[in-house]
Amino acid sequence: MPIASEAFLQQSGRAMTGTSKVTAKDVNVYYGDKHALKAVSLDIRANEVTALIGPSGCGKSTFLRCLNRMNDLIEGARVTGLITLDGDDIYDYSLDVVQLRARIGMVFQKPNPFPKSIFDNVAYGPRIHGLAQSSADLEEIVVSSLQRAGLYEEVKDRLSEPGTGLSGGQQQRLCIARAIAVSPEVILMDEPCSALDPIATAKVEELIDELRENYTIVIVTHSMQQAARVSQRTAFFHLGELVEFGDTEQIFTNPQQKLTQGYITGRFG
Amino acid sequence: MQFSILLVVLLLLSAVGFRMGRGRALQVGGPKARALHSLPSYYGYYVALWCGIPAVFLIAIWLSCEPFILQGIVVGALPADAKSLPSAQLSLLMNEVRQLGSSGDYQHASGAIASTAAEQYRNLRNMSFGAMAVISLAMAILGCVLGVRYIRPDLRARNKVEGVVKIFLIASSTVAIFTTIGIVLSLLFESLRFFRMISPVDFLFGLDWSPQMAMRSDQVGSSGAFGAVPLFAGTLLISLIAMVVAVPIGLLSAIYMAEYAHPNFRSVAKPLLEVLAGIPTVVYGFFAVLTVAPFLRDAGAAVGFSIASESALATGIVMGIMIIPFISSLSDDVITAVPDSLRQGAYGLGATRSETIKQVVIPAALPGIIGGVLLAVSRAIGETMIVVMAAGLSAHLTANPFEAVTTVTVQIVTLLVGDQEFDSPKTLSAFALGLVLFLVTLVLNVVALNVVRKYREKYD
Repeated sequence: MPIASEAFLQQSGRAMTGTSKVTAKDVNVYYGDKHALKAVSLDIRANEVTALIGPSGCGKSTFLRCLNRMNDLIEGARVTGLITLDGDDIYDYSLDVVQLRARIGMVFQKPNPFPKSIFDNVAYGPRIHGLAQSSADLEEIVVSSLQRAGLYEEVKDRLSEPGTGLSGGQQQRLCIARAIAVSPEVILMDEPCSALDPIATAKVEELIDELRENYTIVIVTHSMQQAARVSQRTAFFHLGELVEFGDTEQIFTNPQQKLTQGYITGRFG
Repeated sequence: MQFSILLVVLLLLSAVGFRMGRGRALQVGGPKARALHSLPSYYGYYVALWCGIPAVFLIAIWLSCEPFILQGIVVGALPADAKSLPSAQLSLLMNEVRQLGSSGDYQHASGAIASTAAEQYRNLRNMSFGAMAVISLAMAILGCVLGVRYIRPDLRARNKVEGVVKIFLIASSTVAIFTTIGIVLSLLFESLRFFRMISPVDFLFGLDWSPQMAMRSDQVGSSGAFGAVPLFAGTLLISLIAMVVAVPIGLLSAIYMAEYAHPNFRSVAKPLLEVLAGIPTVVYGFFAVLTVAPFLRDAGAAVGFSIASESALATGIVMGIMIIPFISSLSDDVITAVPDSLRQGAYGLGATRSETIKQVVIPAALPGIIGGVLLAVSRAIGETMIVVMAAGLSAHLTANPFEAVTTVTVQIVTLLVGDQEFDSPKTLSAFALGLVLFLVTLVLNVVALNVVRKYREKYD
């Protein structure tokens, strides 16, 4: 359905490439007494893939979860500093967190399809946000989301079967389709390939590259090859601090910091 | 007393066997017992088992055969005129002989025959015990010696000991199974006797229940009708009211506890709710009879309903209250077992908390919740004490919850309380009712457990 998907694309406003979409200024996160993220400032540009790398426990996932306020759900978590989306403070009292998460979608480490049919999984977001006026509308959204997640051809004959019955890689692409269906502006991905085999990983990476055209993507990854393959800009975190941030090519070929160099050459981490 | 001493001695012998086996193993095992197949203590257990098991087996067989053999000998020695007594009287006499023989007090004997026989019985029993003690101890010692002699470094003592332990585990688990089979069979045979007198069709589909039977042919007014439909209907009515009370309250409280409640509140409220489950059902019965029923009757009178003081409504409400913790605790468990990643996924799409619970968490937990509700239904159907105290005795076929109804369990209790003759349909009908009750709850339990298991497979 090419016409439908084009119409769908036009619904969501897109920023110009190169302008900043999300800006973090001096962000600190505390879990109880633990200072998990220390004074991180970062600019995420529209229609680019920004990779967050670093050893386990370095705060990269914590930072990612600040961006759509998933840290709100954690007991005892406290966030200070300023994070803006298109210039609006996302921690501002007047901003509804539900609206925010509709604009900033998220894909998780472990594929987590709901125990519903494939169709209902993708339709879930549009339904709760009232994005579809009719059932034909909804079907359009579901089909085009599945198409853009590169899953439609594989599942078009079994949309009513449970999403939990798909393979791991298919489940993850279903979760991506589910996130796209809400037409977010930013998609956060928390190690989206860590539970997938190399072939499924390659498919998801290809997908990320295609999605960049329409979305701003932030991806946390443990694989430096993956960061190098899919991202335009890379941020290296260590012990809760942002050590270095720059163009991916520069980070991987000519890192300015000793820590970064040590990490990407595999001397620690 | 003597018997327990024998057992203690056997136990001590086994302990000695353990020491000997372990010592022997260390001795043959070479330096640091390196050559041994198993740890030295397994050789100890091996010898201890050789020592204890044959002896205990012997004692068990001996004790189960002893009464028959002794009886045979004593009866054989009775005078001819006593031997020719009818079998009922003979067994009465033997009962007396056994009792006298055990107490050793012949003064209350009914006659010379009994007291002589009793003395003989007593002597024989003492002799038998002595023989048993000697033989079993000899077997224990023999086993001990044999066991020790079998010990070689390549003896797979661990495998053998674990094999014996496994046999014990199997035996223990079959006890429960055989008990169930025994219960089913006893119900089944008595029910068959009932169905030989009353046709199953009349029983299962008859609309009239009045189990009083005429003792003599000239008696009037006791027809003996065994149509169980009013009882099933009463049971269903009360269970339905109970579920109408328990399911919403239990489920909603579970949702609050699992999803909204602060951990501090939860840690206080959950045990409090579960206290409800610990209240004896008799106490719930008081509550129904003394508090709820009068309250409902007065409240009904105030608005112009006439509510019987033994109404199905009062009974059902109290039974529902009893079942609340059952449902809330099971539902709480399945709701908490829903993986957090699903909640995160929903929140990540911008779902609110209530949308997440309604559309993701509850559907994911639904099979478990249904399983819990089915278990609760089977509990309600089988519940006895509350209905005995609070529901009526007379069998009305009605769907009006303000009237008194009776249930299957109440009728079983009233049929079997007091002295009963076990060959009248009146008494036997209790077994038929019990059989139906058992089958219904069995089916409910099997379905419920399967539903719960299916749910478990999905997330573990």
